[in-house]
Amino acid sequence: MTQSAALCPNCGAPILFHWSSSVQTTCPHCKSILIRTDVNLEKVGVVSDLPLDSSPIQLGTSGVYENRAFTVAGRILYDYDEGSWNEWHVMLSQGASAWLSDAQSQYAVTFAVTADPLPALPAVHLGDRFVWNKTQFAVTAVTEARYRGVEGELPFEYWDKQGATFVDLRSIAGDFATLDYSDSEPVLYLGKMVDFDALRLKNLRAFEGWS
Amino acid sequence: MSPGAPPQVQSLTCPNCGAPLTVRSMGRAVTIVCDRCHSILDAKDPQLRILQRFEAATGDEVPLIPLGTRGKWRGADYEAIGFQVRSMEVDGIGYSWREYLLFNPYKGFRYLTEYNGHWNDCSVTTALPEAQGISVKYLGKTYKHFQTCTATTTFVLGEFPWRVTVDDAVAVTDYVAPPYVLSSEMAGSETTWTLGEYVHGADIWKAFGLPGIAPTALGVYENQPSAMRASAGQIWFAFAGLATAVFVIFTLSQLCSGREEAFREAYSFSPSSTEASFVTPEFELKGRISSVEVQTDADVTNRWIYLNYALIDEDAGKAYDFAREVGYYSGVDSDGGWQEGSQRDRVVLPSIPPGRYYLRVEPESDPGLGIISYNVTVTRDVPVLGLYLAAIAALLLPALLVSWRVYNFEQMRWSESDHPMKSIGGGE
Repeated sequence: MTQSAALCPNCGAPILFHWSSSVQTTCPHCKSILIRTDVNLEKVGVVSDLPLDSSPIQLGTSGVYENRAFTVAGRILYDYDEGSWNEWHVMLSQGASAWLSDAQSQYAVTFAVTADPLPALPAVHLGDRFVWNKTQFAVTAVTEARYRGVEGELPFEYWDKQGATFVDLRSIAGDFATLDYSDSEPVLYLGKMVDFDALRLKNLRAFEGWS
Repeated sequence: MSPGAPPQVQSLTCPNCGAPLTVRSMGRAVTIVCDRCHSILDAKDPQLRILQRFEAATGDEVPLIPLGTRGKWRGADYEAIGFQVRSMEVDGIGYSWREYLLFNPYKGFRYLTEYNGHWNDCSVTTALPEAQGISVKYLGKTYKHFQTCTATTTFVLGEFPWRVTVDDAVAVTDYVAPPYVLSSEMAGSETTWTLGEYVHGADIWKAFGLPGIAPTALGVYENQPSAMRASAGQIWFAFAGLATAVFVIFTLSQLCSGREEAFREAYSFSPSSTEASFVTPEFELKGRISSVEVQTDADVTNRWIYLNYALIDEDAGKAYDFAREVGYYSGVDSDGGWQEGSQRDRVVLPSIPPGRYYLRVEPESDPGLGIISYNVTVTRDVPVLGLYLAAIAALLLPALLVSWRVYNFEQMRWSESDHPMKSIGGGE
């Protein structure tokens, strides 16, 4: 794990990067959103206070996915009509990065994969079937989401978004896929639905009255 | 909740009646219902916009698990945070059931449903169920279509991580593989699947420390496991084992039986003779107490002979009386050739002690039938088939009884479905 140190250009607090490929982070002291350039850090904005959140996961939570240890380094919080969900950016032991999503306590781990051509959004409907990685997926949800906030380290710049559309797909064996239409080109994430207990999460957030 | 720890709730008040609101699911609530006036509020809105207001309190539904109750359920602490009553109508009759939303901040949500004292523990599925004709396959198990109906929410209390208002209607389809039920709910174009497992009210009462005892379950529920079904398998397995044992014993006794001919003689009988009764010469029945077979072969074609026998123990003077009729008929009628009866008759007398015996024979027939010749053969130690058949029947009876009860249980289950069973063996 690389720990490159720099100073926050806004408040001068030391900034540690836990993951060498991080592009963006937030200053834990002054909440500035910082983008890593070749030489230093550039302040591009400030995160608003994240709303009262319910996810038991937090920055620094660690766990295991398919025998690979991971640590949570950052997150993106989205709102949609029926609530909100978190995409936790996790670093795996061999330097890879993945996403642990917590949507109403339904957990999934996904990895960005290259697959082309991906369908354009207008061509995707509920129930449509696609095959990736020899697995057949069916579209189970198309969600209009609003970007709500970020925290910690992310593998890309992500701070000036408004809305994005996500397409969730599932297989008959519990595989999970998301098509992310927040940029001009769609991005595919493939992975699996995971059971909370199977993740063996440590350093979880404490809830008063609950253990 | 541990004493001293302040409850993790936000302090909010109902914008309709001003009553304090308790929020238990920490930012996951999308809908919250005021305890006092039952207004349904939008929990995502900081102003708690009123989604639905009720003039008269619709407080006639009391959750059996009071909201805020905690229990250890499926290995984790869960708190009851939401309650809704949903109804459907079949053939003009309304049915309603109750759903209790349970919450754990780490494990998330699951819910308990109750109908007529039958409970299910439900959670959202992870994999995608796959349609297979009228059935659905989920993670390798096949679920049979039970019922499709429109479920309408008639009462809500507490909080929910999704939008819910009274009069919400969704198409619900249940597929069963007892003790599991797979349900799809279609609202608009989106389908949500949940998997339920049948649980006993008593277990819920114990887990949540509820007062009194769980209401008695009435009738047979769609995914209620048939207790008899498992025992039917066992009892048929036991029957197969015991029947095999009986067969083996029968075969061994057949092999070991002496089958020793003790007496054989040929006679002829003239029905017109006045005194037909006679006794045979003595013969010896050897060995231990065992069976004796008396076989009569008579030259009867479209005739009959009736024989009154007595096997007489010469030493003890004891007589074993029995009567046999030998008759054989054949002919041709409009349906073709027919035949009835046999020229041979066998009878087995069980448990005859060894000793010296003779037979007294008294034949009878119709005087018009002419002279009838016949052979009498006495065989010592033959296997008694009837006893074995009786044993098999005695073993068969409980197995058939259990199977019948299993059948009745399934018939009761499916009578409430879209596919009632028609008749025995008709199935679905």
